[in-house]
Formats: sequence, structure tokens, C-alpha cells
Amino acid sequence: MFGLNTECILDLETPKKYFTLDDYKKGTARWCPGCGDHSVLSAVQKLCREEQLPPEKTVFVSGIGCSSRFPHYMDTYGFHSLHGRAFPVACGVKFRRPDLNVFVVTGDGDCCSIGAGAWLHAIRYNMNMTVLLFDNNIYGMTKKQTSPTSRLGTISNTHPHGSVLPPVNPLQTTLGVSNASFVAQTADWVRGHLYATIKAGYEHQGFSFIRILVRCTHFMGELSNEMISNKEHLVMLNHESGIIPDESALKMFARQETHDPTDIDRARELAESEDVHLGLFYQDKNAKRYDQYGAHNLGFSSGQKMAAIESELDRYAI
Amino acid sequence: MKNTAEQLEHPVQTPSKRKTLRSHIVEIVSDSGEGAQKAGQSFGAISAKMGNGVWTVEIIPADIQPPARTKESASGIRIRLGSKAITNAGDEADLVVAFNEVVPYARIEQKAYREGTLFLIESKWGEDRNKLVKDSYAEAIEDFRRRGYIVYEIPMEQEVLRSAPNAKKGKNMWVLGMLCNIYQRELSLGEAQVRHTFRKKSQEVIDTNLTLLKAGYDWAEENLDFQFEIPAQKTGQELVVMNGNEALSFGIAAAGIEVCSMYPITPATSTTHHLAEYIEKAGGIIHQAEDEIAAIGFAIGSSYAGKTSVTITSGPGLALKTEFIGLAVMAEVPLVIIDVQRGGPSTGLPTKVEQSDLLAVLYGQPGDTPKIVLAPSTIEECFQFVILSRKIAEAFRVPVILLSDANLGTGVQPFPRPALQPEWLSPPIDQSPWKEDGKPYDWDPQTGLSKRPVPGQPGGEYTLTGLAHSEEGKVTYDPDINQRASALRSLKLAAFGRTLKPPTVHGDEEGDLLLVGWGSTRGAIEEAVGQARELGAKVSSIHLRFLSPMEPGLKDIFKRFKKVVTVELNYSDDPNAPLITPENRRYSQLAWLLRASTLVDIDCFSNVQGQPIRPGSILQMIKKEVNL
Repeated sequence: MFGLNTECILDLETPKKYFTLDDYKKGTARWCPGCGDHSVLSAVQKLCREEQLPPEKTVFVSGIGCSSRFPHYMDTYGFHSLHGRAFPVACGVKFRRPDLNVFVVTGDGDCCSIGAGAWLHAIRYNMNMTVLLFDNNIYGMTKKQTSPTSRLGTISNTHPHGSVLPPVNPLQTTLGVSNASFVAQTADWVRGHLYATIKAGYEHQGFSFIRILVRCTHFMGELSNEMISNKEHLVMLNHESGIIPDESALKMFARQETHDPTDIDRARELAESEDVHLGLFYQDKNAKRYDQYGAHNLGFSSGQKMAAIESELDRYAI
Repeated sequence: MKNTAEQLEHPVQTPSKRKTLRSHIVEIVSDSGEGAQKAGQSFGAISAKMGNGVWTVEIIPADIQPPARTKESASGIRIRLGSKAITNAGDEADLVVAFNEVVPYARIEQKAYREGTLFLIESKWGEDRNKLVKDSYAEAIEDFRRRGYIVYEIPMEQEVLRSAPNAKKGKNMWVLGMLCNIYQRELSLGEAQVRHTFRKKSQEVIDTNLTLLKAGYDWAEENLDFQFEIPAQKTGQELVVMNGNEALSFGIAAAGIEVCSMYPITPATSTTHHLAEYIEKAGGIIHQAEDEIAAIGFAIGSSYAGKTSVTITSGPGLALKTEFIGLAVMAEVPLVIIDVQRGGPSTGLPTKVEQSDLLAVLYGQPGDTPKIVLAPSTIEECFQFVILSRKIAEAFRVPVILLSDANLGTGVQPFPRPALQPEWLSPPIDQSPWKEDGKPYDWDPQTGLSKRPVPGQPGGEYTLTGLAHSEEGKVTYDPDINQRASALRSLKLAAFGRTLKPPTVHGDEEGDLLLVGWGSTRGAIEEAVGQARELGAKVSSIHLRFLSPMEPGLKDIFKRFKKVVTVELNYSDDPNAPLITPENRRYSQLAWLLRASTLVDIDCFSNVQGQPIRPGSILQMIKKEVNL
């Protein structure tokens, strides 16, 4: 009537709740002061507010470790699962629930060691979820043991004379798995870049794998200081279809490099180089998604289900 | 033809060569890959369609392609048919079809045959160009006769080659035709079965096999001097015929379970093979996970976010799932776990039956992990108990473990066609707002029960955790809360137990001996008890469907008998073995549980030979116990 949009009228009658940062916050994070996890939590809460994610439609799934306490600090649904098992749980959550926003929070031990098998397959499943790998190069919760990503020679309680093996490179590994669709790296102390990367991961329709370099100031103080101060090794990847951080973040990088995120060969070279590259390494928007298969036959009526079973029973009938 | 009526211990009736029997046990043994199982399953299905009671069980070699003409290669099937319902695989076989003379020795070792067993053996080996083969055949035939088997040498390959180019592929259907004639099966049912078996193959393949079936049938009519009739009782009731694993898969679909998350493992996986054929048309889906741990993790994630899921496995897989089972108990996630048990420990006997996972299921997880455990005792119950398990899992917010086994999984039996009910299907996911201030674990102090919020329900947001937690779902290190929460999780079992009735006693309510069984052994136990009672023994039996919590009233039942013995397929020390004393004797698993819960001095009769328990062996034990 008179060109009025009825949907607008309905919207006026039942205004949507606007979610503030406080709507996503729960309790007080128990991480050590100075721990990089705090800034990731802030960035994620900001993302939730910016995207206005309904808390009831958002699920944070984690494994075990310092970072895996993350869901307890989010006022959304959460699943604090078992050590190394965040991926299978998250995939199960997403499989028949395309309406849920699923985030996975995992650590270097959780993902790259005890959960390595599930990690590889979760990459291959390419379900639509945002994966935050908090990589602090050490086991923190169990008090400083060598992690799979600890640099060679790291002094820890399990290797007091220095660790003896070269570390796992999570980017190299992820880029080596078939059907990888989104691989990025950022760091807890480059807040603008951190936020922009998590946002890009959230927007990607598939398994967004984000390795976040996180400082463990308590057990890895020296490494943490080195990571912040050593600007020469830090290179920002730059591309129009890559991750574009805000101005303040851009200022933190002495070096920048243009990298086309569809170029997987170059992405692999970058992952293996001595320098630390932050940004989008690789993206394939057309990779096959297993969650679409999982949701392809939702919502059948009782009648439809029973008809299918009856027809199968016919084959066994005498 | 060398075969004459004189060779039969019991000469056939004249003028007809046909003899009427109440029941018979047939075995087909071949090298792996010759299709004996396909022939036997078809024969069982045809017999069930005629209204006979049927039970079939497969003889499965450990390897996919073991060397031919070895005991290790023995692959086959046993079909027991009768005028009335058949509930188990029975004792020694009455008639054996053997594709060579070596494979039967695998079964002879297992004491599967007796004096008088009819032995129908492929005769081509007797004329083999290889002298070793020829001699082996001649020796075996002599040995079979010495053992009292009645040997019929049958030119199977020669006859098959008249109708088909490849004897190795066609022999099974020719044998099916021969058996159809021997047991007077309706040929039209046989033909329908062949069309069903080869439904995915070309018309040419179907036609060849139909010709073979007819050829085998005609050959037997002309050349064999015996036939058997096992009168059938048609009930008028519509029946379905399937194995226990297929029944489980129908149960999964009929329960409205939409996610079946699994990893391949023998002998459980054929359930998913069947389910995979149609579940997507019934609104469900199978997830083949990367490993056993991921399979249950995925199922738990899926249950947490929506409808109750199922994961299906066997012993070694169950071991890997341990930590997640603990999580499902701790965080109260409804879940159905199906364990089709096989021989253990470790990789054990992958294709053979055992009931050895009972204590592992109950106590295998660190910490106290109360859960509900059921064991179907028939193939029909394999179907029904999945539906029941899903309902219990949701009502009690608990994982339910269903213990089937290789005997039920591969045994084929007819049962009344289930009348599907819409209320068996899982309800839609509740997405209504969670009640104001409702806690995710609002435990009822009387029952331990609480309702769970599901993602999507506004106001229900909580973080599920395997850490000790409060009503609010908050992590807590408060010792009192952990004590209380443990008690409440345990209380759910007691609450569920209040809904159960005492088990029915098979036989008199009191007597000299009571046998107690669970799972797939029911048919054999009840058959043996029936026979012993006919001989005058004061013996009865009960069969438990619920293992955790157990059905009530057991102690009262036990008190009415002089002796109580469990019959199980898991290990127990022989009380007469060296070093074994009444104090250090390790009992079979149900006996252990019953002794602990009733303080009755219960004995056990068990073995781990990987074979379905025979009524004859139970009967012998009964006779010994009651001095019959």
C-alpha cells in the first residue's frame, strides 16, 4: 500500500537486537598478563560485534591447552573438547548445521602434534569454519615442554639441553594438503593485521586456516621480545585480493611484498622462507566443501523418511 | 555315479527318495572368493521365504585372498533350517558341500561335522593332472569315509562348464540349484533370489546364473538318491529376512538418526555398507572419518549441535574411542555407540565372535563413567534396540552402548516386518528460546536428569567441557561440586533402572540350575535348556538385555535355584587348571558383575574359541551340573 515495504514495517515492530562487545564477553580470561591470547580474544569479540553474529548461532570449538580455554571467555555456544580433537568435533557440529558460525581454537601442540591426523583431514574436508591456530612454540599449560613448532635448540623442561629436531611448519604442512582453501598468517602484536586476517578468514567460505604467532611471555620471554623487535624479518604480503589491514598496521611493516593468493607455488616458497610473512598465502574459493555435502538432504519429513525405509525393507520382505 | 543309497546310514524311504525332517544343518565350504557365502545366504533367504525357521552364519577367512586349497582359505557358510523358528547355528552339520577336499579340514578342526554327515564334494580334484593334488584328494576321501561321513563325489565343475564359461564364478549358483532340489525349495523363489543377488549386474550375468541354478537343480533331481523335506509353517505374518548388521542399519534409519559416523572395522562395517545404499534418501548421511577417534568426536559434535548421532565400531575401535566416551558421559551428550564385538584382546580374531567387551564398556574409561548398556539377543532386537537406545540417550542425556557381536552381525534370521512408527524418528531440533536463567545442567536432585540447550537456542549459550563443571556449565575445582555431579550422573542409571522389569525366567521359576546369558547366546541356551528339561532336568535360564543398569530382581531369582551359571563367549579360568584357586580364579565377565552385585556364588561356563556357542555343549554342561 502506497509503496510501503511491509518488511520495513515488520522490522520496526520487532527491532533486531544490536549486539555490543559485552554481549560476547564472558568471565575474565585466565591467561598470564602479557600473553598474546588476550589480543586474539579482543579481535574475535570485535569481529563478532562487527558482523553482528547472533551468539546463539555461534560456536567456538577448542581442544586442550592454554588457547583452548578460549570458548569459556565467549558468551556464545562453546565446546571445550579433548586434546587434539577440536577438528572432528567442529566438523561434526558444522556437518548438519549450515546456519551455525563455527570457529576452531587450537594450539601448536593441540593441532600440530596430538591432533595432526585430524588436522590434515579437516583441511581436506574444507568445511566452512574459521580456524585460529595459536602458535606460541611451547606447551604452556603443562609448564614448558618442547612443542612441535619449537625452534631447533629450544630449551625446555623436556629438552633442557635444547630441542633436537627441526620444527613442524604449519603453513608448509597446510599448503601441502589437497583441497586446502585458505591459508593465512598473522601475529598477536600486529592488532590491525590480526583483526583484518580473522575477518578475511571469517568471510572465506571454507576452511580458513589462520596461523597466529602468539607470544608466550611467561615461558618464552626471549623469543617473544625477539619476535616483536626483529622487524627486518617481518614481511607483509600485499595484494588487492589479499588481506588489507588498516593504516596503523601498515606502518609496522618495514617490508612488503606483493603476492597473488591464487599462486600456490609461490605461497609454498614463502611458507618455507627464512622471513616471516604475514598475510594471505593462498586462497581457492572453488575448493570442494564437505559441509555442503553434509547439509544436502536436511529437513526431510517423517513421511519421506519412512517411505525410503519402507522401500528398502521391501527388498528384505518375504 | 558312484553314489548309491547303500552309502547312506539311514536309507532313503522308498518308493520316494524323500525324507521329512524337523531341521537340518547345511554347510558350504570353498576357497575364499568362490561365492559359497552368496549361495548360502541365498539358500537361507529362499528357505525363510518358504516359511522355514532359518539361521545362517558365515565362515570367514582372515585374509582377502588366502592361498587356494588350504585350511586358511576355508570360506563358507552354515545354514540351519527348521520347521519352527531357529535361534542359533546348532551343533554339527548334517550336510556339507565342499568345493575341494582341503577346506573342510578347517571345519573338521572345529568339530563341525559328525559321523553320518553327508559330504557332497567336488570330484574334479580326483582327476587332477598334478599328482600331489590327485593324491591329496584320494587320501581325503578315504579319511572322510573313515570319519564316518557319507561321501558323494560330484562333478560340479564339469556340469557348470556346460552352462557357463567360468566354473570358478558359476559354481556357487549351480550348488544353490542343487541344494534347492535336495531340500525341495520352490525353483521360482530361487530364480527371484538370483535376480535379486545380481541386480546390479548385466542381464547376461543374471541369465547365466539363472541357467546355472536350473542346471544344478535338474542335475540333483536326476543324479542324487536323496531329498529332504522340512515342512514350513507359514504364519501369514509378513516377514523380513536379514542379518544383525542389516537390522542395526534399519534401526539407525528407523530411529531417525541422521548422522552415522564411522571408521571401517570388521565385523561392524557391513552395517554401514547397507545403510549407505539408502540412508541419504531417508534424510541421513554417513561420515567415514579419518580414524576411530575422529569418528566418535564427529558424532559427539553432531549430537551436541543437533540430533543424536551414532558411531559404530568393534573392539579395537572401542578402545580408541575411550577418551571421547568419557567426555560424552562427563558432558552428558546423548549418543548411540554400537559395538559389534569380535575376538580380542588387541587385533584378536577380527572375523570371529566373542562377548569380551562388556567390562571394557562398563569400566574401560578412566574416572567414573556411568552409561547405559544394552545387548540385543536376536536379530529383531538389533533393529529395535537402536530405536530404544536413541530414546534413552536423549531422555537420560547419556551415551548408550549397544553390544552386538559377530554372531548376530552375520547371522541371518527372518522376523516380522517392523511396522514403522513416526514417533520412532528423532524430533526436530529444538530452537526455541532457552528458558530464562535456565542452567545447562539443571540437575533434578531426585533423578539426576537435566535438559540440554542446543546451539541455536537463544539464551542457552554455554561452553560444554570435559572439565568438572557446575550447574551453570562453569569449570570448577570445587571438590563438593565434583562429588555431587558424579553422584547425579550415577543417579541417572538408578532412575533408568526403575523403568525396567525383572527378566522372564525361561522354564520353571525354581529348580536345580539357572543359566544366565546375554547377547547372541540366547538361542543356544534356550534350546539346550529345552532339551534338558525334556530329559527331566530342573534347569531354567534368564537372558539379560540390560547390562548397565541391570534388570532388577536378579538376586531373588537366583535364590530360587541351587546353582547359577553364566554362559558367555569370553574368557574364564578353568577352575581345575594349575594354580587356579576359588580366590584367584578369573571369572567370565557377566559372572564377575553378578557376583559383585548379588553376592551369590555364581559360576561360569565360557570359552573364547571364536565360534557361536553350541546348544550341544551347553546341554552337556547342564547334564554334568545336574548329574543327568
